[in-house]
Amino acid sequence: MDDPILSMKAVGKRFPGVIALRGVSLEIGRGEGHVLLGENGAGKSTLINLLAGLYPADEGEIVFDREPYRPRTPTDAYRAGIRVVHQELSMLSQMTVAENLLFESLPQRHGLVNYGETNRRAAALLEEVGLDAAPTTLVSRLGVAQMQLVEIAKALCYDSKLLILDEPTATLTSKEVERLFEILRRLKARAVTILYISHRLHEIAEIGDRVTVLRDGQLVATQPLAGLTIPEIVHMMVGRSMEGEHAFREDIAVSGEALRVEGLRRTAKTPEVSLRVGKGEIVGVAGLVGSGRTEAARAIFGADPKIAGEIFVEGVRVDISSPKDAVRHGLCLMTEDRKGQGLLLGMSCAHNITVTDLKKISRYGVLERDAERGAATKLVEELRIKTPSIDQVVRNFSGGNQQKVVIAKWLFRGSKVLICDEPTRGIDVGARAEIYDLLWNLAAEGRGVLFVSSDLPELIAISHRIIVFAKGRVVGEVPRAEFDQHRILSLAYEEFALERSC
Amino acid sequence: MSEAAEVQRGRRAAALWNDVLRFSMREAGVAVALVLIVLFFCLTAPYFATPENFLKIFVQIAINTVLASGMTFVILTGGIDLSVGSVLALCTVVGALIMTDSDLPFIVSVPLALLGCMGVGALCGAINGFVIEQWKVPSFIVTLGMLNVASGAARVTSNNSTITGLPQPFIDFGNMILWGVFPSIFLIAVGVILIGWFILRFTVFGRFIYAIGTNEEAVRLSGHAPRIYKIAAFTISGLTAGIAAMVYLLRLNVGSPIAGVGYELNAIAAVIIGGTSLAGGKGSIIGTLVGACILQVLSTGLQLFGAGDNVKPIVIGTVIVLAVVLDAYRDRFLRAIESR
Repeated sequence: MDDPILSMKAVGKRFPGVIALRGVSLEIGRGEGHVLLGENGAGKSTLINLLAGLYPADEGEIVFDREPYRPRTPTDAYRAGIRVVHQELSMLSQMTVAENLLFESLPQRHGLVNYGETNRRAAALLEEVGLDAAPTTLVSRLGVAQMQLVEIAKALCYDSKLLILDEPTATLTSKEVERLFEILRRLKARAVTILYISHRLHEIAEIGDRVTVLRDGQLVATQPLAGLTIPEIVHMMVGRSMEGEHAFREDIAVSGEALRVEGLRRTAKTPEVSLRVGKGEIVGVAGLVGSGRTEAARAIFGADPKIAGEIFVEGVRVDISSPKDAVRHGLCLMTEDRKGQGLLLGMSCAHNITVTDLKKISRYGVLERDAERGAATKLVEELRIKTPSIDQVVRNFSGGNQQKVVIAKWLFRGSKVLICDEPTRGIDVGARAEIYDLLWNLAAEGRGVLFVSSDLPELIAISHRIIVFAKGRVVGEVPRAEFDQHRILSLAYEEFALERSC
Repeated sequence: MSEAAEVQRGRRAAALWNDVLRFSMREAGVAVALVLIVLFFCLTAPYFATPENFLKIFVQIAINTVLASGMTFVILTGGIDLSVGSVLALCTVVGALIMTDSDLPFIVSVPLALLGCMGVGALCGAINGFVIEQWKVPSFIVTLGMLNVASGAARVTSNNSTITGLPQPFIDFGNMILWGVFPSIFLIAVGVILIGWFILRFTVFGRFIYAIGTNEEAVRLSGHAPRIYKIAAFTISGLTAGIAAMVYLLRLNVGSPIAGVGYELNAIAAVIIGGTSLAGGKGSIIGTLVGACILQVLSTGLQLFGAGDNVKPIVIGTVIVLAVVLDAYRDRFLRAIESR
């Protein structure tokens, strides 16, 4: 390509325990609409964050606008002309729209902010993006779509050459999406390059000229979007198959009922969720990020409030209004955010394991050190947690070992139903296999497992049954005999499925 | 021996070494600082190294140590208690009134006063904890409110006057000195510290205090109710303020509604110098005892140097900040060892 605006050569990035990006080479032309696709954890966010200056690349070269590009802070990125609209908007919500827009260089007069000029310039920018709001409105008064437009207006005001949008339409209504595309098309006409990330496959053709697919941190292909069908794209995204690598344990018999949820609603606006998990059964939960899987899991566990719904554990109806109730009735939740919500990072491995049930290792409220050490040592050996001592602080454990500590703490409690939310996120292949084995063993002992994952091949490899979430409800259920990546993905990408199937 | 076993043994030894290092850095680091400061003053300040001087330090340390022991519980959970100074004032009034306003023999009135002090203190603390947890108000604000409320309550209860005329045996006990250098009130303070140490180190409750300070959400999602333990921590802080009030009465023999002004800051300083993190989850009550000692030794030593009340706060203020800065470096160093 002649004179690309952005050129990446063999870019790599690793985090402790994971290789997030490996040898990614990519060129994006001036004024191009480039779509970046990949499953969760494929490396899209890492790539954007490198460009945004959040952290540096470990290897490879990036050339932006003919200059070597090595941003060390987000400010470096702005200066170079790269602007990112992140999925999680970060705005100064108690300041006005105008202040937010021009925050990095507020017009000044005699060292004071020149509000007249600020508001005038902001008004012009707002008009350009078609946002009907006064520059003096507080940002906290705006809706999400409007905030997004403010972010885009911000990009305009700094004369950005490359605008990166990370799933901008995830929370927008179809009308708002239309308007967003209109603005993006106008920007493209002004030779602004757009790097666009979305899970909604049917909308990418609106804006994209070419598409790049990432998988497991590597670049699968970069192709012109014209002529590609959606099934072809899905195939590129999913690609590998995990069957064979982890042979499904056919010997696990499903008998009876471990967990049944009926008519669970979190708020008056969310749809009802019902599901069941048998004893010895691993039920996979598929769906896109934001499809309501995590929310449902947390509501079942009592971590977040719910307004309706009945929960049965081993056939007995139980009242669950807090995690304490849930744990008492034999449920456990391994949260998505292992470090933030699952572990006591600054405490030892032993203390992390026993925290679920300190009664078991104490008498009259006084801890019995030997009992604690014995129990912790036994679980560390059983689960093959690699640590020189049970007194090691878990902060320094690898992702896989940390996840094993989380499993160990629930085994210590003797949970009957395991709800696992993305238990293998950020964990390398070897440790993953061990975790699958562990879950199978637990299922074989008669426990029920609800396994939420964004990694479809993984779900297909280990589940007895997969239920699919979209827009907060269960949209389909696929028994093992009928497992098929494309079918499940199609269910998850429900809107698209409806459009294409007729 | 096989190579694998060799490696395994090497790892174990390294882990043990890390543990030793970590212990010496966390607990003993502050103690070493104290010893160095004491040595410094012994060698340079006139009259520092005399039994009378140490006796004086022990007397002066008692109140702050008791307050700081309860404060340690609160700070370990990630909270702060600004009310202990004026809760102490309220409790001195309550305790003094019980001992002076009744015709009961001292053998009954003194224990009654102790119970009264502890009860009122614990009640103030429990209210703090309940409000903080029920309405999710920052502890800084709630205890700042209680600081004023308790202070006002002390003035109302005492009619804005000091209360004297405590029973003579009570006063005598307060002046008692054991084994030449240990005043009775210092031994009470050490007793409180030891009880606190036992609770934090060896009980389920203590484990929860640390766990909540480390990651409250993880504790909640592990199936527990952190609020109960947090309310308990504030109750303990109030309770020790009540005990500190009795120590105050033993030492100064007067109940006063204006006692304890600024005591909360000294208590916080002792906890922080002792290596407990304001963010919660890290620290120990033994460190708090050492921290209280450091504060007092500095104060006394500087006095002997002839540094007046004007210069002392400058040095002590600097030391408080320095302690936290050093703590941050120590933490980074510890992490570096751990991840080696």
